[in-house]
Amino acid sequence: MEEALTLHRLHFAFTITFHYLFPQLTMGLALLILVLKTLAIRTGNEHYNRSARFWARVFGINFALGVVTGIPMEFQFGTNWAQFSRAAGGVIGQTLAMEGIFTFFLESSFLGLLLFGEKKLGPRGHWFASLMVFLGSWASGYLIVATDAWMQHPVGYTMGAQGEILLASFWGLLLNPWALWQYAHTMSGSVITASFVMAAIGAYYLLSGEHESYGRTFVRVGVIAGLVASLAQLFPTGDAQGRLVTEYQPATLAAMEGLFETQPGAPLVILGQPDVVKRKLDNPLEMPEMLSMLTYRRWGAEVRGLDSFPAKDWPDGIPVVYYSYHVMVGLGTIFVAILALAGIALWRGRLYGSRALLWTLLLSCPLPYIANTAGWITAETGRQPWLIYGLMRTAAGVSPKVSAGNAWFTLIGFMGLYMVLGILFLLLVGREIAHGPEPEAQG
Amino acid sequence: METTWFCLISLMIAVYVVLDGFDLGAGIIHLGVARTDAERRAVLASIGPVWDGNEVWLLAAGGTLYFAFPGLYAAGFSGFYLPLMIVLWLLILRGCAIEFRNHMESPVWAPFWDVVFSGASALLAVFFGAALGNVVRGVPLDASGWFFEPLWTNFRLGADAGILDWYTILVGIAAYFALTQHGALWVALRTQGELRERSRRVARWSGWGALILTLLVTWATFSIQPQVPRNFAAHPWGAVFPLLAVGGLAGVIAEVRRENADLGAFLASCAYLAGMLTSVVFGVYPYVLPACTNPAYSLTIYNASAAAYGLRVGFVWWVIGIALASGYFVFLYRHTAGRIESGGHGSH
Repeated sequence: MEEALTLHRLHFAFTITFHYLFPQLTMGLALLILVLKTLAIRTGNEHYNRSARFWARVFGINFALGVVTGIPMEFQFGTNWAQFSRAAGGVIGQTLAMEGIFTFFLESSFLGLLLFGEKKLGPRGHWFASLMVFLGSWASGYLIVATDAWMQHPVGYTMGAQGEILLASFWGLLLNPWALWQYAHTMSGSVITASFVMAAIGAYYLLSGEHESYGRTFVRVGVIAGLVASLAQLFPTGDAQGRLVTEYQPATLAAMEGLFETQPGAPLVILGQPDVVKRKLDNPLEMPEMLSMLTYRRWGAEVRGLDSFPAKDWPDGIPVVYYSYHVMVGLGTIFVAILALAGIALWRGRLYGSRALLWTLLLSCPLPYIANTAGWITAETGRQPWLIYGLMRTAAGVSPKVSAGNAWFTLIGFMGLYMVLGILFLLLVGREIAHGPEPEAQG
Repeated sequence: METTWFCLISLMIAVYVVLDGFDLGAGIIHLGVARTDAERRAVLASIGPVWDGNEVWLLAAGGTLYFAFPGLYAAGFSGFYLPLMIVLWLLILRGCAIEFRNHMESPVWAPFWDVVFSGASALLAVFFGAALGNVVRGVPLDASGWFFEPLWTNFRLGADAGILDWYTILVGIAAYFALTQHGALWVALRTQGELRERSRRVARWSGWGALILTLLVTWATFSIQPQVPRNFAAHPWGAVFPLLAVGGLAGVIAEVRRENADLGAFLASCAYLAGMLTSVVFGVYPYVLPACTNPAYSLTIYNASAAAYGLRVGFVWWVIGIALASGYFVFLYRHTAGRIESGGHGSH
């Protein structure tokens, strides 16, 4: 049973990590395409429409991959986590079903119009299609985040006679305070990914001397949007998310920070390696009393360490939680630095000619993917050992009759299939980038 | 409220079968009726703008099932673990085949994607039929309400049945013929020339196949699932569902012989599929997953449903959501109607 549990967790972790490579780009990119379409209407400059068309093609490829890898996510609640689904399906089934009915139909219809309908719809109709694709993908994101937020911080439910969890308040579920902050944090992360990708491709065009007019637009839009989003990622969204964790998941906070001992004036760890057996942090590089300040807004405040919780309530992968959290925060800080420098250079009119900054933007392209993935790993492994925080342990949620052998079979199958998908995806996106937007001369 | 949700989800599944049924069927006949690259692109163009949206009905029905009948979703999805995963892989492969066939115009790869598209479509039709067969036949639920079925055991009915036995394979083949006919009628409706003629020929023979298999499946269903004859005896008005199916099939066989009756034939096929599916769900009601071990372990709409409050709230947003979705669909289908030239480009 233990092996099966590990495999079911790996199964979900692998498929969702791969899946989220695509929506994190499309949600952010939907906003940037809307920005380009709006600029086209406001300025009357066809350049922005051609830019939007190029990004809509990249969007379309990513969206298709997001859909085909998203379908297995919806299935796995039932196939691999059947006891969880039987107990909680009446609650989280609401948000998942709403996603299907409200957003999938909307997105699949309007994306077709965005990609193929520009001639028939005219400029305003096409702008409207881009607005609907944006709304659909952002609503979809909210309903998924609300589902996860309920597992992090269950609200709006009552317990039934047989231990099933019953929905008691629809609006409580939908307006879970955890969901609101987690959504803001997730979406600004998504805008960061899209901004870096846009800026990186712009930088590539400028460095290679091809499609230079587009390169300038992409770099400009990417840097400005990315700077706003990466600041919002630290404050207020990241800060608020951290304080929710402090209040409702104190053991998770201790694991994230590598804080083994409860102490007043707790330090903020910049670097160090947690040793869970000896319950200490090796080679620590710390900022004294900073953690107390960030969490409780007081230098001397006491922060609970892992020692104040029984070991059975610790997240079972403390190093994973600790490192993923530090990778996320470290990269988030680097993003602000890179984009602030690029923003100043843009302001002073030097960015397009600065090879060092353009190379930095180009090479930074994978970093937001790593940061967003690390953020989700922090949230989901940090929630352990709970599947629904405080209500259901992960071991109690698994499908009782699906053996480890069958889980191995499908996990290997997904790994093989997703490898093929990944290669095909890179091939297609590579072709789009090499082909580039339409030449400026054409109508 | 449970019965309402049973009907609404059955309706969503019927819509899914009718809509995705024609693009799966187009995939089944793809290699046979479309010989040249231009013809193959015409078949793909006929489903191009809509297949993705059609598939969304499966997801939406799955999601609705999850929140309205979490007990059924949990037991069914984990019990049918392997076939569901295989269905997922086939859906992924098929989607990729359609997209990559369109994106990479390569004389080397195009025939490869054609084979993947057609093979995955055919297997999906058989698997969906077999899945329906499993729900009718019943599954080996135990006292705790769980089961796990391997893909096959000894191909006989009984307590250690697999997903595939003689009955479910029979239903799978029936689904294969029904969707072949449905897809052929769609391609005939949307294309012209030689391609249309070949599709009409396929529709003619698959229509007779569907008729024979419908009779066989009906006989087998009445003899292995006692709830079905009980329901039809207790509520004779339920005969409208099989009559819809019979009328639909008769309509297909009659219309497909006439020139210029492509739309009538296709709509008759829609009626046939909807009639078959509603007959089945009427026959098994109130079971949603009967137990072949002990009838008392069966999942019904009462012991597998969510709490009353959730079902009531869900009804409000479901009606709004489906009304919006239907609006998009009508718009999308009106926007893309009309015959496709064998040059292979749709009207979009």
